[in-house]
Amino acid sequence: MQTFDHSPAASLPGGAVFPHRHLTGIAGLQPHEITFLLDEAEQWVEANRNHARPDKRLDGLTQINAFFENSTRTLLSFEIAGKRLGADVVNMHASQSSVKKGETLIDTAMTLNAMRADVIVIRHASSGAVRMIADKVDCPVLNAGDGRHEHPTQALLDALTIRRRRGHVYGQRVVICGDLLHSRVARSNILALTALSAEVRVCAPATLMPAAIDRMYVTPFTDFDAALEGADVVMMLRLQNERMAGGFIPSPREFHMRYGLTKERLARAKPDALVMHPGPMNRGVEIDSAVADWSGRSAITEQVEMGVAVRMACLDVLTRRARGVEGWA
Amino acid sequence: MTDILPQMVIPQIISSEGGASALGTAPRFRPTRTEGNALHFVGGNFVCPTGASRTELFVEGGAIVDHADHAETIDLRGKTLAPAIVDLGVFAVDRAAFRAGGIVRVGLMPDQTPVLDDPGIVQRSALIGKPDLWIHPISAATKGLAGQDLAEMAINQSAGARAVGTGRGWIADSGMMRKVLAYARDLGLTVICHAEDSGLVADAVATEGETSTRLGLPAAPAIAEALAIARDLLLVEETGAQLHLRQVTTAAGFELVRAAKRRGLPVTCGITPAHLLLSDIAMSDFRTFAHLSPPLRSEDDRKAALAALRDGTIDVLCSGHDPRGPEAKRLPFADSEPGMAGAETLLALGLGLVVNEYLSLERLFALLARGPAGVLGVSAGTLDAGAPADLLVFDANAPWQIRGEAFAGRAGNTPFEGLPVQGRMLRLFKGGREVR
Repeated sequence: MQTFDHSPAASLPGGAVFPHRHLTGIAGLQPHEITFLLDEAEQWVEANRNHARPDKRLDGLTQINAFFENSTRTLLSFEIAGKRLGADVVNMHASQSSVKKGETLIDTAMTLNAMRADVIVIRHASSGAVRMIADKVDCPVLNAGDGRHEHPTQALLDALTIRRRRGHVYGQRVVICGDLLHSRVARSNILALTALSAEVRVCAPATLMPAAIDRMYVTPFTDFDAALEGADVVMMLRLQNERMAGGFIPSPREFHMRYGLTKERLARAKPDALVMHPGPMNRGVEIDSAVADWSGRSAITEQVEMGVAVRMACLDVLTRRARGVEGWA
Repeated sequence: MTDILPQMVIPQIISSEGGASALGTAPRFRPTRTEGNALHFVGGNFVCPTGASRTELFVEGGAIVDHADHAETIDLRGKTLAPAIVDLGVFAVDRAAFRAGGIVRVGLMPDQTPVLDDPGIVQRSALIGKPDLWIHPISAATKGLAGQDLAEMAINQSAGARAVGTGRGWIADSGMMRKVLAYARDLGLTVICHAEDSGLVADAVATEGETSTRLGLPAAPAIAEALAIARDLLLVEETGAQLHLRQVTTAAGFELVRAAKRRGLPVTCGITPAHLLLSDIAMSDFRTFAHLSPPLRSEDDRKAALAALRDGTIDVLCSGHDPRGPEAKRLPFADSEPGMAGAETLLALGLGLVVNEYLSLERLFALLARGPAGVLGVSAGTLDAGAPADLLVFDANAPWQIRGEAFAGRAGNTPFEGLPVQGRMLRLFKGGREVR
């Protein structure tokens, strides 16, 4: 019965090193497959830094960015990644689409499929939506965030950032703090970092702590100061505005008092601990400007940079079968 | 409208054996028998939940009798004959599914369009299934099932409602629930409720736990059920109303029901095979066919449900039949509608519990027929003389594989897709007439 298949990535023949047709989540990826994507991304980091643009390997391929939920950064990052590789990138926003007119998600997916896209990047507000579309279309699908479920490219770019700044991911004590309950970034990061043998601590007020989170091989904390003890990496999550006004936390200032990352608090972590945030930041709520802008300690802009490289790597790897790259066809 | 009701609600065709409810306040209709010839069943295994063991069975005038002359003999050839299934709490009238499932009576949930809160609609639902399928409407306890104003329970009762229900939802306002129970008690109506605290549930589609956390699904703690049951039981204790908890699915919930029964409270409870056989990992992969209400629970709760089945805490095994097409199920999990098409798999899954020695065949039919008939206040569900000849002949050993595609009913949304089972309905009789 397919019911008990936990792997979100449909396994189809491809390169032996990455035998997945889609990237719908980190769950289902083997540690060496994650490492492979990170390795692939390294070359694009260098190329992007050198402003080198000779490589147009996705030339002639159509990439559709279907964003059913608002996004600026991720959409831009995927668009730049596609264009740097020479793909024809088309963006579809929910506000412009017929989703608002009541068309079902499946119908929209079938429409995109009929337009013969070569790769589809999807963001959707419902957990599992991307997986559902991936099952219905003929081309590779990249998850750019589905509900509270997964945001795999974010986890990959975070892992790449940690690897480049700290040398390796294994053994690193990573603290993920903030709205864990509603965060797909947290889920994907937990999966990726634990797969790469990091020690992951998660920290949130009890109202924003998912049930049975310890079953994902992390240590839960409600006391941020305790969680920060000896940390190598501190990853803050964005707190959505609509969740600040009493529903889950009493107020932004109370959240800041208990969970805001200040310079004083950061002193509990290792002296060279890295500060990360997936953005956009609420300065003065979950993170102080002094920390966010702390050159040498904050990797926040580097995360954005790694995002483009990781997405280029994912677009490249997932289209190799269709492009008939040797060893992948 | 009220003026013309007496004429409206007593068409001769309604026959409602057993007629009045416990307090005798419901109108008693004269049964009209339109049944076939006298029948004489022999050569099979006879299963009766009320204990009487027998080797033959006579039917005459639509009822089971001690003896009938000139009866047509039906040789069961070693197959099993039992009371036909009474399915308490279905969401749709799906004749083909009910027939395939060996079901001749259903308790219809009030969550219809329009809601069963008006005598015209209640009466219509009570009539549309006859003669092969008898629909016992569960009318809405509150107007529009909104949980704010009492519905016209007495008028709906006279129009054919056999119980009142809260539908898919819980009545959050304790004051309102108290009024519902007190008023229903006065009319001798059982209140059938859905037990999930709506404040804890909010937008949840799953039970809190590892699966919901990994899938990132909005989830509610399992105690949402026990919390609701605890309140309703206290209100039952105070009002004396008869309460049926349509589905109890958690260890804490069963513990409360068990204790209440020990105290002698008039409470019964039911469950579907899904909560006995599946736990929340069935939702992995975002399978919307496993999106149920209440949601699938943890493995510990599932084991507690099996224990409650064994020790007699559970009174009713029902299908929760809720056929849903792709427009309701082919959606992201949280956006999909809850429910499963359960009618056609109820018998086979029930027999599986017998094979696995969770219960005896007699007890299975107490859960499938006698128990639900009792909640609805109808005298069906036994093979005793005088009972209506609602009979099910089945082959307890016939193997088959559950495939939603192959269902006779309206939709194939089963969470048991692919499961090998055994037990097939062969012949079905309603009031001595074969249902074809």
